[in-house]
Amino acid sequence: MPTAQTLFDKLWAQHVVASDKDGDLIAIDRIMLHERTGGVALKSLNEAGYTVQSPARVFAIMDHVVSFKTDRGRDDSRAPGGDVFITQTRAMANGAGIRLIDTDDARQGIVHVVAPELGIALPGLSIVCPDSHTCSLGALGALAWGIGSSEAEHAMVTGTLRMKRPPQMRIRVSGALQSGVTAKDLVLHLIARYGAAGGQRSAIEFSGEVVEAMDIEARLTLCNLAVEFSAFTAIIAPDETLLAGLRGKPFAPGENDWAAATDKWSELKTDVDARFDHEIELDASNVRPTVSWGTSPEHSGPIDQPIPADGDPRALAYMGLAPGDRLTELYIQGAFIGSCTNGRLSDLRAAAAILRGSKVAPGVRAVCVPGSQAVRRAAEAEGIDEVFKAAGFEWGAPGCAMCFYAGGETFAPGARVISSTNRNFEGRQGPGVRTHLASPATVAASAIAGRIACAGQGNT
Amino acid sequence: MMQDNIDTDQIIPSREMKTVGRTGLADGLFAGWRYKTTTDRTPDPAFVLNQREYSGTSILVAGENFGCGSSREHAVWALAEYGIRAIIAPSFGAIFQGNCPRNGIAPIVLAGEDVTWLAAQLPGDVSIDLPTQTVSCADHQFRFELDGFAKRLLIEGLDPIALTLKSATQIAAYQAADCEQRPWLYID
Repeated sequence: MPTAQTLFDKLWAQHVVASDKDGDLIAIDRIMLHERTGGVALKSLNEAGYTVQSPARVFAIMDHVVSFKTDRGRDDSRAPGGDVFITQTRAMANGAGIRLIDTDDARQGIVHVVAPELGIALPGLSIVCPDSHTCSLGALGALAWGIGSSEAEHAMVTGTLRMKRPPQMRIRVSGALQSGVTAKDLVLHLIARYGAAGGQRSAIEFSGEVVEAMDIEARLTLCNLAVEFSAFTAIIAPDETLLAGLRGKPFAPGENDWAAATDKWSELKTDVDARFDHEIELDASNVRPTVSWGTSPEHSGPIDQPIPADGDPRALAYMGLAPGDRLTELYIQGAFIGSCTNGRLSDLRAAAAILRGSKVAPGVRAVCVPGSQAVRRAAEAEGIDEVFKAAGFEWGAPGCAMCFYAGGETFAPGARVISSTNRNFEGRQGPGVRTHLASPATVAASAIAGRIACAGQGNT
Repeated sequence: MMQDNIDTDQIIPSREMKTVGRTGLADGLFAGWRYKTTTDRTPDPAFVLNQREYSGTSILVAGENFGCGSSREHAVWALAEYGIRAIIAPSFGAIFQGNCPRNGIAPIVLAGEDVTWLAAQLPGDVSIDLPTQTVSCADHQFRFELDGFAKRLLIEGLDPIALTLKSATQIAAYQAADCEQRPWLYID
């Protein structure tokens, strides 16, 4: 009888080209680039005189420093000098013959939002991008991970990467998420409980009834934060929910290949007796709406609990907080909804449901930036943009926007900002800016209350 | 730098990535901590690398999960350009750790208690021998693990792309066989 394999074992084995004592040469099926770290990979490839082995399987998408103004021009950046990243990446992508989704393309958006929308990311594929949140795409049953620019160059030239097999972890989530508690709350809870290094550089498989019950967008959010847990990547086994959504996407298998593809994908699951290096069992029923209070995603806790007595003093000093302070008593100056974590249609719907008929509190700058043009169009077709604007939110053009500061316009130093993003690092959203990570619903409720607040309990 | 989770946004803030290239980054290394303000680039004397006994160091001793966060290789390029040749920590961010040996920096993992002991000896002399995988300080020696490929990158200055291209025939054979099995992924 063959040895029981994990989903990861199967994905890895499918891609092994060769092996030696130092590791495996792994075939790469899709390479994604963006202008911030992909342009430099194309540049060094050109300078070394190399060519891209399979240009049709490389996608360059503009997202990181593009302007989020709705009337932006083709080269407009939100960062000083950012136009050079856009124009040089465009020129090099065109020169290399790779697929380019430019700033003015109807498909443009954040690379990790666009890849599932277009069927660039599919079950069973190996996908790399010089961007740490590439792990999001594991939600589609793909082996997807973030790399450096040098590795992106290596992958483009050779169609492979030299890899050492990572350890494996399974996180089984049982119970049920309470009403108003989201995948974002769940994953912040996980990181708070086991620490920002808790993933131990493992390939993590998320499974269990709670994960199976999640829609694909929630699974993308869950896998997105795996890198903040120090995982190599995260994966979720493909199921009917996923397949139904993939059929007909532009880069998904066509009708002629569909049956063969789904047949192959049906093997992508962990065998009953397969072993993992680490196992975690989480009960989702205990998870409360969760908000970060410090400068690492591990500094997070239930919205209604005081900041712990042993909270990291350096983080608390940066955040202007002390042990025992209550999150729900903190006034905010900013609110941001968007990013590869929570910038999809379901995120915008959840926020709009709370904002409808309400106004953002005075003194709060509130911004919503859809994750892609497709998300923007779908939201506008439902009138969601009007809900945001009527509430006093700015409605932006797709891109990474205020998830990270790259120079240019931002919140004021010392401003307290509640954000649906992934990193609350010192200075992440601007020098001195104090970021609190939360779900889109919590961000919306807080924007209305003018202080950190729980959806459905605006005054608590 | 013994605090945990020093992320790549601290090592090189995105605002310091000013050109599409690998150079000109040392000035932005730890910019948020190293300078008094974002506009006044006077060195902040409280920051460790600005202190005379630590200036010119080629080894960093750091807390857990050093280099977590963004994949930006600019963090490693900035450290290398500044003169850092090795970082000793209990653990590293995975992407950062992979980027280091490609750029002449040895990411050295020691047990947390050993890193704490080393940090307590500073300022002082620490030396690292890659072939024997040993860190030495005073009369103490610590052996560390380093994967074979990373070791070759660091010691032989191997060009990984040139090395992999020697396997071009194997790669082509893999792709031909895979295209039979999974034709849908070979888009044109």
